[in-house]
Amino acid sequence: MVWKKTDYSGWGRVLRATADLARPERAQHLAQIASDTPCPAIGNCRSYGDAPLNDTGRAIDMTRLNRVIDFDAQTGIVTVEAGITIGDLTRIFAPLGWLPAVIPGTGFATIGGCIALDVHGKNHHNAGSFGQHVVSVTLLNGDKRTVVTPACNKDLFRATIGGIGQTGIISEARLQLKPCPGDVMMVTERRAGSWDEHLALLDNCQATYCVGWIDTTAKGDKLGRGIVEEGELAAGLLPAAKKSKTVPLDAPGFALSGPVVRGFNAAYYRRVPVSGRSLIKRIDDFFFPLDKIHNWNRLYGKGGFYQFQNVVPLDQADALRTMLERITSAGLSSPLAVLKRMGNGRAGHMSFPMEGYTLAVDFPARDAAVELIEMLENMTIDAGGRLYLAKDALTSAAAIKPMYREHAHWLNLVNEQDPNHHFATDMVRRLDLRTTGDQP
Amino acid sequence: MKKTTQPQCWIILGASSSMARAFARAVAKQGASVILAGRDMADLERSAFDLSIRGSRARAMRFDARDPASFQPIIDTAALHEGVINAAVFAGSMPAQSAIDHDPALIDGVIRDNHIGPATFLSLLAPLIEERGDGCVVGIGSVAGDRGRVGNYVYGSAKAGFATYLSGLRNRLTGAGGHVVTVKPGFVDTAMTWGLKGMFLVAAPEAVAGDILKAVEKRRNVIYTPFFWRYIMFVIRSIPERLFKRLSI
Repeated sequence: MVWKKTDYSGWGRVLRATADLARPERAQHLAQIASDTPCPAIGNCRSYGDAPLNDTGRAIDMTRLNRVIDFDAQTGIVTVEAGITIGDLTRIFAPLGWLPAVIPGTGFATIGGCIALDVHGKNHHNAGSFGQHVVSVTLLNGDKRTVVTPACNKDLFRATIGGIGQTGIISEARLQLKPCPGDVMMVTERRAGSWDEHLALLDNCQATYCVGWIDTTAKGDKLGRGIVEEGELAAGLLPAAKKSKTVPLDAPGFALSGPVVRGFNAAYYRRVPVSGRSLIKRIDDFFFPLDKIHNWNRLYGKGGFYQFQNVVPLDQADALRTMLERITSAGLSSPLAVLKRMGNGRAGHMSFPMEGYTLAVDFPARDAAVELIEMLENMTIDAGGRLYLAKDALTSAAAIKPMYREHAHWLNLVNEQDPNHHFATDMVRRLDLRTTGDQP
Repeated sequence: MKKTTQPQCWIILGASSSMARAFARAVAKQGASVILAGRDMADLERSAFDLSIRGSRARAMRFDARDPASFQPIIDTAALHEGVINAAVFAGSMPAQSAIDHDPALIDGVIRDNHIGPATFLSLLAPLIEERGDGCVVGIGSVAGDRGRVGNYVYGSAKAGFATYLSGLRNRLTGAGGHVVTVKPGFVDTAMTWGLKGMFLVAAPEAVAGDILKAVEKRRNVIYTPFFWRYIMFVIRSIPERLFKRLSI
């Protein structure tokens, strides 16, 4: 059978959908479905909110179309089916001396998803976003198959990158890989004792990959303390794969309550010596630290969780500090909190990145968290910042549209491509992204 | 278990199915060269490239269970490989029983796809395995072949016939150093079962492929995968016919 009624959710598990899903295994079947019943394509549903959801509608699960279909060893350009995961791509190519130019924080994201959300990685400050390394995207829209490139159809390309699937089904993509010396990482970890120290370490970082873990339970003069992690690709002997890391999250029913998180965070912080340390890590341990705790989103229990991620301009660091103060005093957050300095690289009209600081924090889904996130959203708007569609489950049309200055342009292009809104998703409807108006 | 350092070649029939793809990736990872055989050449070419980038030597060839002329070229190509020639049969088809009840002429195709074609192919291959004194055949049967049920008995009968053939082939090849593994998968999460009613305990194709590979290495004879289907089918086989005939399971 082609369709299967499926109950599914985003990674945060708060928003859910019941929809007929097709899961083609061959390009020919995909083309058939795309032409008979055009509908949104979804990948591994690693977006936290409703970006991959189409409740009461239909969607095409792309995860079985997961092959490498061409590779030019001279240029490093690879052609893949959109359902292949970034983790697989990394593990296949690193031993061959090539690496995806941008790698997000989970290896389970599909390439189609990486394109549709224009994801970023720990090297955003120097490599830009995922979409900036996409050579072409093959879109299926009804019977039409279009190969979109930045040169031939620049506008459609920009509408597709970060375009949450609204220009058509992303069936294949060509990516420019970057050469890498080997498949290990030299990682340096340093303690940042305070907010100012943390920002200074991020600002002065010369490393290719750089990210800060932030202890959202530390208050007072310890506010903003954390660990800044720098990584460089290296050649060498591969350390044996570890079954699990220091993160003791694999206990079933483990409660992420305040005291537990405080205790864990303190231990996690002290794990790195005062003078810092350097160590060799496997490439996937560095890029995908949480992936070996399968389904870690279940640790938040049945109610699920929210991830708040914003970015604010560089000169709004103080506003971000105030947000962090609010987060700490609310005492709701989990150990998973990340601070990073972004460059200005973005490849689409609806891409998230802007030059500035990005903060990502998880909250268990409770009423207090919803109120807190609403406050953080308002503070983000005041700071001239932006929310990330890959994470969002809560914001409103009125809040989101002004954050994306090219939204109106994108909207026109998308509605031209898909006048009947075949590719609209729950997120598109919730945020009213396919209709004009509400522009201040 | 027989340790061999000889190069391995796997012929995979019905290589477009997700179970076959997972198995091909698993043997490719171990360094075997692979012949992907099936009808959808464009699809097989993609899989062949995918395997080659993962470090295997892979090629696509046409196999149609209903066209015996497509069999020998595959065997001839495999024979060019040095070392051990193995084959895994994933080819098969499963039209809805209701469609067959409506048009009994479909039975012919079901038996050809699941039994006659694969058995003919394997009988053509058997001399090569005997000649090399090594080689493993993996045949995918089905728990549906363990007992005829109203919902699936034509497919089940074809798989039962194929299972009996595999048993005989095992008997034949063992003396010559070869081996045959009969695999009886329960419900596997493939395009064949997608959206079917009444599926439970559905296994991922990768898990099934891993079980098959383990069975090949340990030279097991008949495996159920996932393993608990052995017990489920034991119970189903134990129900007396006078009771079973009134059930609808």
